[in-house]
This record gives sequence, structure tokens and C-alpha cells, in this order.
Amino acid sequence: MIQPVIKGVSAILAHAPSFIRHGSKPSREIGADADLLPTILAHLRSYHEALSYAPHQVFVGRIRPNKLRTLPTPWLTHPVAPERFGPFGEILPEEELYGLLALADEFRLLALDSDFTEEVIKRLADHPMLHSMCLDPVREAGRRDFGESLNSASAMPLFVEGNRLIGAIRRGQEDDESLAAPFLLENLAGKATGALALLHLASRDGLSLDAVEYVLGCSEEAVGDRYQRGGGNLGKAMAEMAGCGNASGADIKNFCAAPIPALVVGGSLVAAGVFENVAVVGGGSLAKLGMKFRGHLKHQMPILEDVLAGIAVWVGRDDGRSPRIRLDSVGRHEVKAGSSNQAILEALVARPLAKIGKRITEVGIFATELHNPEITVPQGNGDVPLRNYRTMAALAALRGEIDASEIDAFVQKHGMPGFAPTQGHLASAICFLGHAREMLLAKEIETVQLVAKGSLFLGMMSRQSDGMSVLIEAQ
Amino acid sequence: MDLAHQEAILKVVQEKGKENVVVVLGSPDPESAELAAETVVNGDPTFAGPLAGVSLGLPVYHVLEPEVRGAVDPKVYRDAVGLMEAVLPAAEISAVVRRIRGSKTE
Amino acid sequence: MFNGKQVIVIGERDGVAGPAIASCVTASGGNVVLVHTDCFV
Repeated sequence: MIQPVIKGVSAILAHAPSFIRHGSKPSREIGADADLLPTILAHLRSYHEALSYAPHQVFVGRIRPNKLRTLPTPWLTHPVAPERFGPFGEILPEEELYGLLALADEFRLLALDSDFTEEVIKRLADHPMLHSMCLDPVREAGRRDFGESLNSASAMPLFVEGNRLIGAIRRGQEDDESLAAPFLLENLAGKATGALALLHLASRDGLSLDAVEYVLGCSEEAVGDRYQRGGGNLGKAMAEMAGCGNASGADIKNFCAAPIPALVVGGSLVAAGVFENVAVVGGGSLAKLGMKFRGHLKHQMPILEDVLAGIAVWVGRDDGRSPRIRLDSVGRHEVKAGSSNQAILEALVARPLAKIGKRITEVGIFATELHNPEITVPQGNGDVPLRNYRTMAALAALRGEIDASEIDAFVQKHGMPGFAPTQGHLASAICFLGHAREMLLAKEIETVQLVAKGSLFLGMMSRQSDGMSVLIEAQ
Repeated sequence: MDLAHQEAILKVVQEKGKENVVVVLGSPDPESAELAAETVVNGDPTFAGPLAGVSLGLPVYHVLEPEVRGAVDPKVYRDAVGLMEAVLPAAEISAVVRRIRGSKTE
Repeated sequence: MFNGKQVIVIGERDGVAGPAIASCVTASGGNVVLVHTDCFV
């Protein structure tokens, strides 16, 4: 077997406050109560505020997650240095996100205001990666009449700076619900942010885009027309957009858990010698923008779910230094295991470790669902990662590995604070992989277990939940 | 609580009669337990769903409350809930749900 | 307390999931008429 390793990781955020109104929850509630829109618009963050938000700087790699423990809270009112670029990627401003969407738009769905487009093109010309792309698709979007698009009831208006109308996205086909404008916008957003992450991966970690042979998409979007809604392929679309001319691709779907099975499948393709370089890529989830806006409004906070994310991972052959993917320690949540948290964690944490003779306490750090508590607590959803870590600790106690009095110490030692925005799949363990790779390379830790869970039952095809885990190990 | 859930609950109550219905929650903290319990006892506190202004007054329990634990075979309970007893703030959650259960506005 | 009762189960993924609660109710003679599991992330 060829040993697969993690040769690079990128992570980006795209600030998208004017897209919050198009998020699933806000758009439904604005539909029911139009008076809500001005309130939402009065609670948007500026780009500068998004840059200086500590959890965002953790996401792009400037700050280690554990450093959040020592920073003053709430992070919201304690800004850090507002840097756009970090070791893993960048925090893209909304104006440039529109440029990126136009670059992703092969079917001329978008029409943008011409003055705004000029502004966007000027900015893209300064972008370290996008400047070298052909910007004609953006220019063309600026030449299309968005007013005319908006005359059709099925088009959707697009805004910047909260409420400045600068464009529209039209429906793909009049009689196909699967190609309605809101779905196409979600899919374009997923494609564009994933492709940006792929471009950052190539610029940072020495990956040649020509060397990528396969791109595994692991986003949450349902791409496809009425005959195969959700059956589509963002992996290859992102490969094309990023310029991976020698690659093909496909998607791995599993709700929030998808990136981990994608990583395991990617690692297996490398291990079996099928491909030498695989990229695992997840783009952002537009539907989840503003998902918990009610809680934020209730606490007089700005709406914190205002960013789309993107992550790309380069899985390649052993280079003698990069962290190894331990394919002999993959945890899966079996059908018969049941849906109690104990059953899930035994399947995902304890059993795969036992297979290679390790105990829970022997793992350096666990990466679980790393949702930022400042986003979830105001909505009454509690601190998700803390609860996950406490559950792991309770399992370790149940198995006699630690004393019940050591649960808090376990959380301190093997856990970290949550820092990810509500971008389900990307918050689910994979957002730590960039940090994990650096820490494993520096030998600060020996092992990281990535543990992801997915809410299978949400799709109403099964009452099961699911999950997968994999151990990553320093050389 | 999710609007579709509220609608489904209302339908069950209409079909089965509220005197025959019991609600059991699995919320992880007092805040979300409070929202869910309040919804099925005194109506949707967010005034967004079909149960807004509807006081069903259903008997509602959290799965971590002693009444539920006492009613379930210990082995079944341990397998299904066991680990979470050590993790979730059972006393706080129970106190919240008990208070709302006793607060029927009818 | 569940015997002969129609039981609505509202579980939460990060607390106790719906099917896990339902297994308790069924084992105690209750008739589970509705099982939901919430997920807020």
C-alpha cells in the first residue's frame, strides 16, 4: 500500500452579509414579515469587523484555536488585527465574491450593474490568484441588463453593502424547479468558494494544479436538474474553474460529515495507486447564512452567520514528512449501532483507536464539530464542541481511562474552543486540519483524530444519523 | 421549535386528544428545553409557528427527569441515554421543564 | 407513565436523539406517534 499523506490544506472565508437575506431561515421569515428586513439590514457586520473577528482569523490560520481560550471574550467586542490573508487562505470581501461568482457562472445566469462591475474588476486585478484568470465573464455579467432580468418574477435580486441593488440571478429554465434562481445561487456560491480554496491550496503548498488528477467535492449543495436533483457534480466544476486541466472529479455526499468520508476515499485512491494527487474540496453553504439570526437579534448582536467558507485538502503520496492518514484507523457509524451518543462515539472514537492498540487518552487532539459558541449560545443551542468533548471525556471515564473527576481536564488537554461559522460540513472537524497539519509537522502533537457527524435523518430517507472518523499522525 | 414540528404536534393532538398525549424532550441544555417545553404547554414563545397563542397544556418531560428514568427498564435507559446523564446539566434541565409543566395557563 | 399513552418525542442531535428516546418509551409500553430530532448546525 502507498501511504497517503496530507500535503496541504487551505481555508477561506467570503464575507457575504448582503446574502444573509437569501439564507434559508431569513428568507422564509422575511417572506412572512417584510418588516423584518430593515431590522436584519441594521444588524450586518462591516468587512473590517468580519476581518477583526478572532474566530475568522483562526479559520484562515493566523491564530491557533487554543489561543482563543486566552483572548478576552466576547470575541465579538474584542477585535484582533484585521488581516485579510492568513497561512491557509483569505477572507474575501463581498464585492470580490461577486466577481468570483461571475467567474463561476458558465451559463450567464448573473447580470450585474456596470459601474459595480468596473469596481469589482479593478479589485480582482489586484487579487494574488484571480488577477491571472480571464476576467471576461465578469465583464460580460456587467454588460447584461439586470433590470430586464428582474422583470421576470423568477429572477432574484442581488445586493451589496446590505441593500444596494447591484444585480440579479435568473432562473435556469422556466419549468424546472431544480434550476430556480435561489438554488442556482446556492450552487454557484458553493462552486465559487470551493474553487477559491483550491486556488489557495495550489498557491500555498506547492501543489501544481496540473498535477491534480481527481477532485472530490464534499459540499452540501444539491446540483442537478429536475431529473437528478442533488445527483450532480461540483467536484469537476470546481476543478475546471480552478484550472485543474488534468483532473476529473465527483462528489461525496453525507450531510455535515461529508469531508471526512471524502478524505478517507481520497486517501484510499492514493493508497491503491489509482491517483497520485487528489484534492478534497468543500465550498460554502449559502442556505445556512443567518440560520440563527433570531438569537443574535434577541441579544442585540450583529448577525454572525455572515460568511461562506471553503476548504481544500491535498492528499498525495508519502513524502517522508507530511502527516499520514491512518487508513487502518477509520471509524464508521454502523447501521446497527443505534443513535445514542454513546453508540456513536464508541463507533467513531473508541473502536477505530482500539483497532490500532490506542486508547482515547493517547490521542493528542480531537477535532469534532467546531462550531463557534458565540454563534450558537445566543440562540439557546449551547456550546456544541464543549458538549462533544465532554461526551468523549465521559466515554473515556466509562471505559476507565480517566476518573470522572478528570472530565474538565480531558476537555482542556484534548479539545479546543469552537471557531467555525455555521457552515455545517466545514465546521465538522475538517476546519482544524490546516492547524493539525502545521502542529503535526512541528511535532507539537503526535496524533489528531478527526470526528464528523451527519444528520442523515434531516432528509427523511432514514432515521439514522451517521459519522466517520480518521486518525492523522505525524511522521 | 421548527414550524413543521409544531404543525405535526398539533395534528397528533387533534387526532388523539390531548388527554392521551405525552411529550418527551431530549434537549441538550436548559435554554432549548425551555423553548420546546413552553411551545407544547403554553404556545410558541417566538410567535412564529402554528402553536403561537395555542395553549396545548401537554404533559411534557425531559428524558433526563427522574419520572422518565423511573419508568424505563434500566438497561434500555442506560444504552439509550446513559452517557449523556454525565454530560448534560440534568438538574437544570429538569428544573426548567418541571416549572413549565406546572405553569399551564389553562 | 407511558403505558397506553400516545407519545411525541422531540429529540435533539446534541442532546438525546429522537430514536434513542423512542426506544425508552416503547420499552415502557408507550405508543410513539411522532419522533423528531432537531439539528441546529
